[in-house]
Amino acid sequence: MQPKKAPPDFTNQQLAKRFSGKLLLRNEIPLNEALFQKLCSANLFTPSKSIKRKKLSNQCQRCNNQKQSLFAAIPCQSCKKTHLYCRNCIEMGRVMECEALYLWSGEAPIWPSLEDPCSWIGKLTNVQQQAANRIVNAIRNKEKELLIWAVCGAGKTEMLYPGISEALMQGKRICIATPRADVVRELLPRIKSAFSSTEVAALYGGSPDKDATAQIIISTTHQLLRYKEAFDVLIIDEIDAFPYHADQSLPFAANRSKASSNTTIYLTATPRSEHQKQIRQKKLPHIFVPVRFHGKPLPVPLFKMCFDLRKELKSYKPPTAFLKWLDHRKNPKRRLLVFVPTIKLADKMKDNLTQILIDKQILSSNDSLCAVHATDPDRKEKVELFREKKIEVLLTTTILERGVTFPSVDVAVLDAGHIVFDEAALVQISGRAGRSPDDPTGEVLFFHDGKTDAMVEAKNSIISMNKRGGFS
Amino acid sequence: MQCLWCHEQIMHETSWKNLLLLDGKALLCQECKSKMEVLSGKCCSRCSRITNEEVCSDCRWWEKQSVEDPLMFNHSVFNYNAFMQELIAKWKYRGDYFLGNAFKEPFVKSFRKKFTFLEKNAIAVPIPLSTKRLTERAFNQAQMLADFLPIETCAILSRKHGEKQSKKTRYERIFTKNPFAINETINNPVVLVDDIYTTGTTLRHAASLLKEHGCTRVYACTLVRG
Repeated sequence: MQPKKAPPDFTNQQLAKRFSGKLLLRNEIPLNEALFQKLCSANLFTPSKSIKRKKLSNQCQRCNNQKQSLFAAIPCQSCKKTHLYCRNCIEMGRVMECEALYLWSGEAPIWPSLEDPCSWIGKLTNVQQQAANRIVNAIRNKEKELLIWAVCGAGKTEMLYPGISEALMQGKRICIATPRADVVRELLPRIKSAFSSTEVAALYGGSPDKDATAQIIISTTHQLLRYKEAFDVLIIDEIDAFPYHADQSLPFAANRSKASSNTTIYLTATPRSEHQKQIRQKKLPHIFVPVRFHGKPLPVPLFKMCFDLRKELKSYKPPTAFLKWLDHRKNPKRRLLVFVPTIKLADKMKDNLTQILIDKQILSSNDSLCAVHATDPDRKEKVELFREKKIEVLLTTTILERGVTFPSVDVAVLDAGHIVFDEAALVQISGRAGRSPDDPTGEVLFFHDGKTDAMVEAKNSIISMNKRGGFS
Repeated sequence: MQCLWCHEQIMHETSWKNLLLLDGKALLCQECKSKMEVLSGKCCSRCSRITNEEVCSDCRWWEKQSVEDPLMFNHSVFNYNAFMQELIAKWKYRGDYFLGNAFKEPFVKSFRKKFTFLEKNAIAVPIPLSTKRLTERAFNQAQMLADFLPIETCAILSRKHGEKQSKKTRYERIFTKNPFAINETINNPVVLVDDIYTTGTTLRHAASLLKEHGCTRVYACTLVRG
């Protein structure tokens, strides 16, 4: 047996980098009890109450839950008392009344100030450069908020690079928060290679890096629940997306994670009405980027009526109009991204569709069609296969509506009138087509059995964005 | 009232039955409730596994292992389907204690139906957690289930700390040493209570210990058949 290694001694600066700006439960602090106690008695960690009891309500200090139905009592065998725990943020680890939340109160972390942190060698287009300059100014002048309204495929990520560089040159800490784990995984390699001398960490449910000590953090909005006064620059991607605008605790977490002097950049292709209102009232500074990075207009969706849609979907068959369209595609070499409204439909239609596509010789084998949805354990791998062009057809629910880029695809939405496809979702879905400069167009078809307001508004909004971009 | 699982509003139907009998509040919505699959029909009479045989191959193997199988039989209430796995994971591993109350009504109902023959002095004994695990989780899921039952509960077993059962292979599970110790002897008939019956080893370890210390008969009642 090997002799046990002595526990590594951490310098205060190392600890500061690991723990400052975080609000953690004891079991989220991977230090042995002796060291932890030492740090506590030196006031380097400050405990605070995890659930505050008020007269009429209680409040979880991690997720701000104040709904009484989302608290429950537990006869705790650890402290031998019956007390509350929070059911709202339990997926992030249980917050119990008898356990404190710990905040680092030692010295502040010192992040390196780099002279030329950006290792990206691409070039921004004129329109991108304008937006990028605006972001740099916002960060330089410590402006509070800036909204970037950029059409799908405008190259939002690249536009951020100069701003991130500016922040790194000033030794600031940066977080890019996005609602979906898929997007976090897609962003990580891009940001890593664009800032190769800076540490970058990714955080999402089940991510390998739990202890993120990096200067740039890419995170799902949920993971922000573990942060407090941490980031000098906070970039919130897809500010309009579910669940950010639906789950009250996420805006709360984003807000709390900001350092005292902070610049927050919002990114969106489809701002929600409250943001549009703030823009009109000039309460929220913004910049509009109406052109895709390759300079071509957004594909405008075509509506296709399917009279027998209900019947066909009931037996999990693809609509006849869809099959007809398959025979007359402008460019049959493009791969197919098919959206369906429900998980059940994605699962059950898979086999039917595979068989039909094989008969039509669009598919070569059973394996070149995959179905994905939010609860699919292999979704990461399947999305990766589609991106690498190893599968031909991807059948998906709205989970792939945004943030993911596939080169050269046609997009079909089956049952586009379904309630899950709201205006923003449909604009985003349409934006999946024509993303690559080699094939900057793509067909977008909405198969429906009756136009909905959402469909019409989505189409109008795409047309008007194209107009603003100088296309007519 | 919102569904404990999906947080949808639960619609209460008012009928003569729940008006007169003052039914307890529903904790899960109809849709979530319907995803819980009660074991019925063709099951092994010894372990509740779904099979067409009267006694399944696993139980015949157990019978050959010793002169007498220490466990009379195991009765499980639910099939361990995907939904049940999610429910139990959240209840037990995430530690959502209150969610366990969703099992109360079906668990008790099924127990009453199956164990009609039981004497009045029968005792429910929950499968214990090690002290370390108990502090971690803050509650013992088996204890919670046992407390639901209409018979007396006595936590007379204790457990030495070891690897989580769910992290072991089937072989490792069956051929491990008895991890339990007994704190008090009783000679009443015992119903062991646990959340999951997987290989049956845990329950048989507990059962044989109880029998060595004077229990006449040992049954098991578990929430799911893994």
